[in-house]
Amino acid sequence: MDFSLSPEELAFKKEVNDWLDEHMKELPDWWVKNDGSGPEPESEENQRFSMEWHKKLYDAGFIGIAWPKEYGGRGATIMEQVIFNEEMAKRHAPTGAGGLGVGWAGPTIIAAGTEEQKKRFLPKILSGEESWCQAFSEPGAGSDMANIQTKAVEDGDYYVVNGQKVWTTGGMRADWAILLARTDFNPDIPKHRGISYFLLDMHAPGVTVRPLREMHGEALFGETFLDDVRIHKSLMVGEKNKGWYISMGTLEFERSNSSTAIGLLNTVDNLIALAKTMKRNEEALSNDPMVRQQIAQFYIEVNVAKYIGLRALTRQLRGMTPGPESAVGSLLIMELGQRMQNFAMTLQGPYSRLMKGSKYAVENGRWQRSFLSSRGDTIMTGTSEIKRNIIAQRTLGLPRWV
Amino acid sequence: MNFELDEEQIMLKTSARDFLEKECPKTLVREMMENKQGYSPELWKKMAGLGWLGISFPEEYGGSGFTFLDLAVLLEECGRALLPGPFMPTVVLAGRTILAAGTEEQKKRLLPEMIDGTLIMTLACMEENGSLEAAGIKAKAEKSGSGWVINGTKLFVPDAHVSDCLLCVARTSDSPDKEKGITVFLVDAKSKGISTDVLETMTGEKLCKVDFEGVTVPADNIIGTVDEGWPVVQKMMGEAAVAEAAWMTGSARWVLDTTIDYAKERIAFGRPIGSFQAIQHKLANMALEVEGATAIMYYAAWTIAEDTPEKELAVSMAKSWCGDTCRNAAFNGVQIHGGIGFTWDHDMHLYFKRAKSSEVSFGDGDYHRENIARLLNI
Repeated sequence: MDFSLSPEELAFKKEVNDWLDEHMKELPDWWVKNDGSGPEPESEENQRFSMEWHKKLYDAGFIGIAWPKEYGGRGATIMEQVIFNEEMAKRHAPTGAGGLGVGWAGPTIIAAGTEEQKKRFLPKILSGEESWCQAFSEPGAGSDMANIQTKAVEDGDYYVVNGQKVWTTGGMRADWAILLARTDFNPDIPKHRGISYFLLDMHAPGVTVRPLREMHGEALFGETFLDDVRIHKSLMVGEKNKGWYISMGTLEFERSNSSTAIGLLNTVDNLIALAKTMKRNEEALSNDPMVRQQIAQFYIEVNVAKYIGLRALTRQLRGMTPGPESAVGSLLIMELGQRMQNFAMTLQGPYSRLMKGSKYAVENGRWQRSFLSSRGDTIMTGTSEIKRNIIAQRTLGLPRWV
Repeated sequence: MNFELDEEQIMLKTSARDFLEKECPKTLVREMMENKQGYSPELWKKMAGLGWLGISFPEEYGGSGFTFLDLAVLLEECGRALLPGPFMPTVVLAGRTILAAGTEEQKKRLLPEMIDGTLIMTLACMEENGSLEAAGIKAKAEKSGSGWVINGTKLFVPDAHVSDCLLCVARTSDSPDKEKGITVFLVDAKSKGISTDVLETMTGEKLCKVDFEGVTVPADNIIGTVDEGWPVVQKMMGEAAVAEAAWMTGSARWVLDTTIDYAKERIAFGRPIGSFQAIQHKLANMALEVEGATAIMYYAAWTIAEDTPEKELAVSMAKSWCGDTCRNAAFNGVQIHGGIGFTWDHDMHLYFKRAKSSEVSFGDGDYHRENIARLLNI
């Protein structure tokens, strides 16, 4: 076993850090302080900030580093991707804009798209000029994604699409969407075999997006209604009725790595700072044995998650099939994150009730925001229940109950 | 042996539930979150008309002469409905304190008006230090002529901005034993020197900062005896904790009932999600906790009604268990509902947020478990 980096990898790590040293100075105060005083995520100001930072990363060649060079990336090795994500997380640097373009739509088009699609879409994904959202889920098709009802019916050189999508991230702003729609209506075939993968112009006639407000009060997602939307056949990705397999490949782009765990290490530090600030009966909570035990336990669990991620990474580097590490890692991280957010509420005691903007709000109410937000983490991108099923059935080989 | 509600209590429960389902829909709850007053005066009048404000008060003041246990049954239904407004502060925090420690004159002066709905009250106790201990009381009351002058800041005072009077817990003399030298004052909310700010809460509850700057209080507005107010406060906090436990039990049961209904109807992979073991086990665990909450809460309410020696232990058991139950139920309620449970439009987040708020009111689980450890001489 060897946790050290090769000379090339160390050089890359230095390159990233040198760049961050130079450019993190340009970040606004509210980002650096991370005290909830910044603009709302969906606000104009935040979008502008996000695009400016994206441009900096793009100009430095740090957007889409995993993409092949021929498509504008740097062909970064897996280790370089990991180093990049880790350093960005450690330094708490903002990531790029463009929604699901760089991490999801782009890699899908690279893997399964036509040359025309690559030429048309990849450059603008990288530059952030066009932003992307995902139109997979429907009100009746969340965990059971194969149950999608959105129809795409052939009409000459086009498909005419009708249906409703939900949880389209940043849907109000997105220019394009990766879309799953049903193209085979034969009731006798398994549902997932009748699905095709499309690239949808969110500005096309017939596309309506309504904001979908979450429990923290903001609408980071949309509901997208498709009424007789015409999509040219050239915008189908891969073969007709093979969309399911392409989307499964897309989901695997969420490779388990250790950068989320590093984000949680930052959270542990923030919990320690909070525990030192909050007092009970004039005594800092960081002196309370139960608080100390709990924070220590969180530190242990975050590190467990981190090293699970590194094992999964090693298997990937060796070209092995993913083992249980990948699935358990993401399950652990999401649930752990929620418990840590709940603990931040516990530390604040009676003050936990106060939101951003209130007199006496702790750290400007940022924990209240992240606490509410974290409630969605075990539902979005795979519920904990589905993850446990996958672990049990696919990785542990336990029999499926029919 | 009889450890279940009697017929009258069941009737009270059923009629309260029906009334609130009709008069306190979630649209009202959401409206009151945004509304500055935070409660519906029309609904308050109706509740007064039903005798709700006088449930645990003697008939001589206009009450119905029932017990704290009967009040707990009612509070459970209020929690189920997330009833907005000053019901708990008026009746439990202030009303029952006056009942327990007030003079006959004070009781005659205040309780009938409270019970008929014309007097809204609250209690200002916790300060910026967030402490529930006597040592946390730093607001001062100094003798001035025939009365007293109060100076200090109180936080998280529920509905102070709509209250007609507040009970204020202040220190009247210094002593090495911090539990001595505390007095409970009845203060007219319109007194010169009082300023109230409503804090922004996650739940939309109207918790206030109340500043007392040279507020004068006549001597006949002291509840109980000068310097000996702490036991009065402790008794109030015990009742408040069980009142919250009752509220949380009602909320948790709404979550359980609603989530069971959803699990039966929501189809995924060709079958109701309630047919999957993972969901069944979560709901079974929730049911276990909610049943436990109901049992321990009624027991604690009974010990208060009967004033038994086990009261303090029972209060802490109920507050900690019910707090955990309500928080866990709401958390899993969202999870089982999946994406829709995370939306603003679905009602689950109202319960999720209130669960966290009630959890920290009058002592969270850790506080009460420590109290239990002390009482068990661990």
